[in-house]
Amino acid sequence: MGYPIEMQESIRKLEATRAFRLQQEIPRLTPEEKNRLLEQCHPDFRPDGMRPVRVGPNKGQRMQNELVDLLEAYSRIDPDRVDLSRIDYDVDVLVVGGGGGGATAALIAHENEARVLLTTKLRLGDANTMMAEGGIAAATQPNDSPYLHFLDTIGGGRFQNKRELVWALVHDAPLIVEWLKDLGAMFDTHPDGDLVVSFAGGHCRRRVHSCKDLSGMEFMRVIRDELWNRRVEVLEFSPAVELLLDERGRCAGAILMNLETREHIIVRARAVILATGGIGRLHPNKFPTTNHYGATADGLVIAYRAGARLLHMDAIQYHPTGAAWPEQMLGQLITEALRGNGAQLVNVHGERFINELETRDVTSSAIIREVRDRKNGVRTPTGMEGVWLDTPLIDIRGGEGKLDRMFAGIVHRFREYGIDVHKEPILVFPTQHYQNGGVEIDPEGRTGIPGLFAAGEVAGGVQGRNRLGGNSLVDIFVFGRRAGQAAALFAREGPSPGKLTLEHVRRYHRELAAEGIEKGRVSPLLLPDYTRPEVKERRYS
Amino acid sequence: MGESLIPIYIMGKRYEVPEGLTIMKALEWAGYQLIRGCGCRGGFCGACATVYRVPGNFRIQVGLACQTPVTPHMTLMQLPYFPVNKAVYDLDKVGSPLETLLQLYPEATRCLGCNTCTSVCPQKLQPMYYVAAALRGDFARAAELSFDCIMCGLCAARCPAQLVPYNIAIFVRRYYSKHMRPKPRHLKDRVAEIRAGLHDQALAGIAAASEEELKKLYLEREFEKL
Ligand code: SF4
Ligand code: SF4
Ligand code: FES
Repeated sequence: MGYPIEMQESIRKLEATRAFRLQQEIPRLTPEEKNRLLEQCHPDFRPDGMRPVRVGPNKGQRMQNELVDLLEAYSRIDPDRVDLSRIDYDVDVLVVGGGGGGATAALIAHENEARVLLTTKLRLGDANTMMAEGGIAAATQPNDSPYLHFLDTIGGGRFQNKRELVWALVHDAPLIVEWLKDLGAMFDTHPDGDLVVSFAGGHCRRRVHSCKDLSGMEFMRVIRDELWNRRVEVLEFSPAVELLLDERGRCAGAILMNLETREHIIVRARAVILATGGIGRLHPNKFPTTNHYGATADGLVIAYRAGARLLHMDAIQYHPTGAAWPEQMLGQLITEALRGNGAQLVNVHGERFINELETRDVTSSAIIREVRDRKNGVRTPTGMEGVWLDTPLIDIRGGEGKLDRMFAGIVHRFREYGIDVHKEPILVFPTQHYQNGGVEIDPEGRTGIPGLFAAGEVAGGVQGRNRLGGNSLVDIFVFGRRAGQAAALFAREGPSPGKLTLEHVRRYHRELAAEGIEKGRVSPLLLPDYTRPEVKERRYS
Repeated sequence: MGESLIPIYIMGKRYEVPEGLTIMKALEWAGYQLIRGCGCRGGFCGACATVYRVPGNFRIQVGLACQTPVTPHMTLMQLPYFPVNKAVYDLDKVGSPLETLLQLYPEATRCLGCNTCTSVCPQKLQPMYYVAAALRGDFARAAELSFDCIMCGLCAARCPAQLVPYNIAIFVRRYYSKHMRPKPRHLKDRVAEIRAGLHDQALAGIAAASEEELKKLYLEREFEKL
């Protein structure tokens, strides 16, 4: 298959400028230039993409439309029909979510002698963690420090991050790398055993540690294996559809739904950790997404209904390099580590247009400007447009074999479509990747609701308004561990849960009704629906 | 893509779907809302193992639904779960490599060398060779050869000797990385510094800086060269 003729013409232009580009230095943008570019081109600034939410703790604040739809919706369950006296599980710590954050929290709570139940919507490990390619950021090198990592992270977040969270993040990051290594994760190493580190946008040092281009998968499968070894109890295909509070407003469990039998399961817990991930599958601004099938904002919805505050939900991350060709790979992640190791962004004429190691918000905006405003995009036969990511530069700079060594997954996936990334570039366009905000937490993962903790992508404040590459894998483990510890302690020393109630759901329903919001739409969404309208229309029953 | 429809058979039932779709998208096009058999949708997670046949080929074929395009008259079934044996162990309390491997997975020695596993692996790995390397005690090689495994289960589903190559492999990799690779010196040093509180003052300082000061420091950063 490979590239069609029209696209090959542009590849020849790219090849012609390669020698020049290798020498070319593109200065970083000034803060003013960045702001202008973001306002012009970042999808967050599209006037029709967001609207104020009419109910709940963040009432009046603008958020992504697709999320507001789910917040302005009724519960999937009728509180009056639920028998809360029939408790199926009674545990110390309930972890909701089976990605990297949830699995870590469960492991650590279990280590702290809590009786733990982990419940998850799909299989254990089915989550964005599995798909994180690039790696984990930590200041482990002699020329680096947690201080510099702090500065990069908060600047990347446009100075809106909660500082105590960034502090916790960068402080624990090297400890996490050690923890993962001790669990048997296979990091990329130099022959002497030192860890290989790469750049990611916005970091002033090489500090992203990788396991080839399957870093998240490696961490996830190792932690999952350890959970299995410790025999931590896991319920699969059982998402939480509502949190339970007690009559003093403390979180005291959750209602789960068995996706296969549609039976509900009542869990009483002394502490609950939410680790349900992000919102990519809502397709903000109709963008394709790199996210997992399960990324449907469920945790945000149930926490919000229970009274938790959300932070920065108007800041969505679009990854600069989603695949734009072949069509079958549309929107899939092309790791930033390629740019971190020297691959350049190039337009249809063979020209660079941005320093490739700018932060993601800026780089994505620059690509959108290049294609949409400047008309310098490369067009595919299906009408999609993108810019080149010049991958052959990696072997040219780093010596033959580097692509195969570090990016075997990318090489393999494109080879399936007849594209040889050693010799040909990849066509890319921004794709939805991450929710920068989430449920507001403190450094121990506590939310505003006593007994409710959150960790990972569902939590907000760590990354400010824009996350740097490598900072997500470290976030889930740092706050997964902290939340696991804090929840176990809370379960041990906090007061016992009182009588379980769904009063908060009734209250929320009243609030919806008072705003004139009609019944009909329910949330959380649980599963995206990619069946066609033609099929849906004919489901008459 | 999208215009010409081709017939496929989902668990024997005929549907007409656009040519060029992956099996996963074809299932959805036909009207399925997937619960099992769908995960990352990008070839990472192994949730979507699928077995199929095409006309003119007597062999059963396998692939990932999210990666494999449909072809005319393909007849398919997803294999979202396969029951396997997973040994439980404590990585902190294990003996020598080979001895531990044989304790946990004694059936590994029953490998027939038939290489069926290799012919089914969607990642184009060669489970027979990584199992063989592990059995030689060459954990480094076995770890390297098995690294790209997405634990989709297909090799185990087809293995006539009933091995679970991928569970053998994850044990080997974890053992190798933890016990046979040195812990990097720079990592040990940094962890020791952090535990001793040597970075606390710098972090406390910057966390308390004014926004203006932070912005200034941010702009003044010096970048390591690419
Ligand atoms: S299929 Fe089983 S018996 Fe055959 S080579 Fe592979 S592991 Fe050995
Ligand atoms: S080795 Fe087995 S489990 Fe791993 S990817 Fe290949 S077939 Fe799937
Ligand atoms: S859905 Fe994850 S590998 Fe296909």
